[in-house]
Amino acid sequence: MFRDSGVPVLDGVHCKDVNGALSAYQKLGRGTVAVKSQIHAGGRGKGTLLCPDTGDVQMEGGVKIAFSEHEVEEYARNILGNVLVTKQTGPEGKMVRNLYVEAGCSIAHEYYLAMLVDRSANSLLVMASEQGGVDIEDVAENDPDAIHRIWSEGRNGFTHLQCSELGSALGLVGESCNSFSDLVVNLGALFIDSDCSMIEINPLVRTVGGGMIALDAKVSFDDNALFRHPEWENVRDLSEEEEIEVRAKETGLSYVKLDGDIGCMVNGAGLAMATMDVIKLYGGEPANFLDVGGGANEDQVTTAFSIILEDPNVKGILVNIFGGIMRCDIIANGIIAAVGKLGLSDPLVVRLAGTNVDEGKAILKNSGLNIHPADSLAEGAEKIVNLIQGGV
Amino acid sequence: MSIWVGEDAKVLIQGVTGRQGTFHGSKMVEYGTDIVGGVTPGKGGMTVSLHDRMVPVYNSMEEAVGETMAEVSVIYVPPPYAGAAIKEAASAFQSVRGGGLVVCITEGIPILDMVDVVNAMASYPDVRLIGPNCPGIITPGSNGGSKIGIMPGHIHRKGRIGIVSKSGTLTYEAVAQTTGIGEGQSTCIGIGGDPVQGTGFIDCLEAFESDPQTEAIVLIGEIGGSAEEEAAEWISANGTKPVVGFVAGSTAPPGKRMGHAGAIISGGKGTAAEKISAFRSAGIHVADDPSVIGQVLADALIEAGLRDS
Repeated sequence: MFRDSGVPVLDGVHCKDVNGALSAYQKLGRGTVAVKSQIHAGGRGKGTLLCPDTGDVQMEGGVKIAFSEHEVEEYARNILGNVLVTKQTGPEGKMVRNLYVEAGCSIAHEYYLAMLVDRSANSLLVMASEQGGVDIEDVAENDPDAIHRIWSEGRNGFTHLQCSELGSALGLVGESCNSFSDLVVNLGALFIDSDCSMIEINPLVRTVGGGMIALDAKVSFDDNALFRHPEWENVRDLSEEEEIEVRAKETGLSYVKLDGDIGCMVNGAGLAMATMDVIKLYGGEPANFLDVGGGANEDQVTTAFSIILEDPNVKGILVNIFGGIMRCDIIANGIIAAVGKLGLSDPLVVRLAGTNVDEGKAILKNSGLNIHPADSLAEGAEKIVNLIQGGV
Repeated sequence: MSIWVGEDAKVLIQGVTGRQGTFHGSKMVEYGTDIVGGVTPGKGGMTVSLHDRMVPVYNSMEEAVGETMAEVSVIYVPPPYAGAAIKEAASAFQSVRGGGLVVCITEGIPILDMVDVVNAMASYPDVRLIGPNCPGIITPGSNGGSKIGIMPGHIHRKGRIGIVSKSGTLTYEAVAQTTGIGEGQSTCIGIGGDPVQGTGFIDCLEAFESDPQTEAIVLIGEIGGSAEEEAAEWISANGTKPVVGFVAGSTAPPGKRMGHAGAIISGGKGTAAEKISAFRSAGIHVADDPSVIGQVLADALIEAGLRDS
């Protein structure tokens, strides 16, 4: 993607097994190469690889420099099929199934560069620092003046003049500054054409020859723009995502798994967060965040409810709906359909309010299901916490 | 008085022939909103039945505003076309009647489209945009009122509390509780939860501050960005009316949906704890639990001498 857009990158080969890594090493001319774990998270260089069965440490660092065929083989073996834990993956880490073997280069200096949408300025923002290869959060905290910024005019990209000035602020001169300026201008065009939400290049390197090269990068796309980018389906790696979160997303639901035992189904992100807050306030622990969204239909509600029921940690369920665009009768029918399909042994508290609330309450009442109704969020949270703790 | 929308505002619906447009159009008419027309390109000349009213459909906003002199448009157009619909409405209001209000309900508009739209709004200085991805705005009246959006009408009652929120359903929660303690609302606005949006907290606070009907304000935020901190700063410097605040997401896990570099730009701002502490420093009466927003409001009104018990 970078290469096609005129953002210089090193030559490299994707591979999925040790033999692939060895032939990549041949292809790249048997010099010095970088062997990189490919997962959808940052902080890989400073991560730790663990054996998925025993949890034993296999190797420190998910990105390694190899000087020989023997080292390529050793690093590939330690990376593939093991779990990489980084600052961004959480303690459970991510299984590495893909490897990238990249030609080496002589690095003169490492920089950091990120491009994102600045919500308060309604424009694109580039943040760059002379301190690449390290944690940008640490730089922001310890030395905020070391981060230089430029903003675009609205949705237009960046000008060469702006980018050269940014380059100068980073201490770049001559050919390096020109190369930097071209890179950032092209990156801006890529960002807009591809509907990115963030591109982070870390490190961006100046080679001994003076050129600028994106050595490692992380790109995030704007999910809302999927309708004009059917090609995204090809770069998605479903094995990287929680199966249940994928299913939720495909159904148009927003789901995040948490550690507690009270499943929640709520409409609206704010109310869903507030419902979690109140469950905790009453001494319970939410098992998930689940926003069924605005215009959900009965099928989506059924899927949402099934996702909660399938979580083995769930001991009780709180449904909290304040209908606006969402209609309470749709929620009620969805719950009944899901329970009909999957059965229900855990206590279920349902709080309905808002649009078509009377129809919704009547549908649940006439269903004959054992549902505990609640009139307010606090009452709902208190009831479900008591039902679980009381073992009723 | 109220802010931005009077009880008798004349309103158009963009996307009126779609499922959501027709469903919520009917609910708006039922509440008492004066829906004077709708726009769906290619369907001009049709009429749509909304509750007990037959509403004419126009091909363009310019034609619709010219024919009806409506001052508000509410948008139920799908995400790929919503950005263009906002710009069309803003341009029509500015050129035909020198201003107006555009309320965009649509959820899921690409962020770069909104960057484009919000920058384009500078060319229409007398047009206000609320949203997108929001429940809309409502001014309850003595008899009916003007409900422009998707909020359930029946929980509202005309009164003196101004409500502004990022979250749709949490706004309803706050409304129901203010009504529950015997208070009513001057105007309620859901500004929406998208990162790039039209009207923000401070626009609403300024308007409530200068609205004589509004005597107290409820402000509801959520994690992410720094709009709550900026609102708190504004209140510290300019606020004279009591404000009750709530921030959703105290128990939300960090890192989810908050991008790596995004966390830097807010410079450590963005967690519920920080927003709540900014609220407290600004003298905002904080509800720790959304279920007690009504109670905290009652206490704040008593403390300000605006209520006896």
